[in-house]
Amino acid sequence: MKLGRVTGTVVASTTYEGLEGVRLLVVQPLNTALEADGPALVMADAVQAGPGDMIFWVGSREAALAMVPTFVPVDAAIVGHVDRVGSRDVTPAFEDRG
Amino acid sequence: MKICRVQESVVSTVKHPTYEGKTLYCVVELDEVFKETGKEFLAVDRVQAGPGDIVLVMQEGNGVRQLFGIQDLPIRSVIVGIVDQVHTS
Repeated sequence: MKLGRVTGTVVASTTYEGLEGVRLLVVQPLNTALEADGPALVMADAVQAGPGDMIFWVGSREAALAMVPTFVPVDAAIVGHVDRVGSRDVTPAFEDRG
Repeated sequence: MKICRVQESVVSTVKHPTYEGKTLYCVVELDEVFKETGKEFLAVDRVQAGPGDIVLVMQEGNGVRQLFGIQDLPIRSVIVGIVDQVHTS
């Protein structure tokens, strides 16, 4: 599980069975200092996140378990919105929301 | 399992229902002499650890599901122990 910031959305009209209607978002993984940590990834969204949101996500088999029904073909899923890390408020400013 | 240092807590209100009531911490991986390796991730706390503690983190989904007794649990990293000492030869 890691922190991340949603930076965009992905539209895929043709998807494998089970992925229909699943929101796909572009996420930049972050470290605790909120600096970029690795390349951006496409993730399935389980918690109605949107561009600008700080989130935490889970990878591999656990990502599929976060989706309904389980075992959709995903390898990363957003499982929560992050409000604060330690004492830092990380919710996006109103003007930063997509 | 990995030796990690607990950094900061992560506060989340909207989350997957299986995360309700669980404490989430940022942790940084350490080597056997407690030097940071630079890898950071989040872990659910099961042993009442706190920031600054050196802990044992399990990163295996099936073990986590057995630990919580819940099928289909989308949690991978769990803090399962607080480390007092590590001896290496």
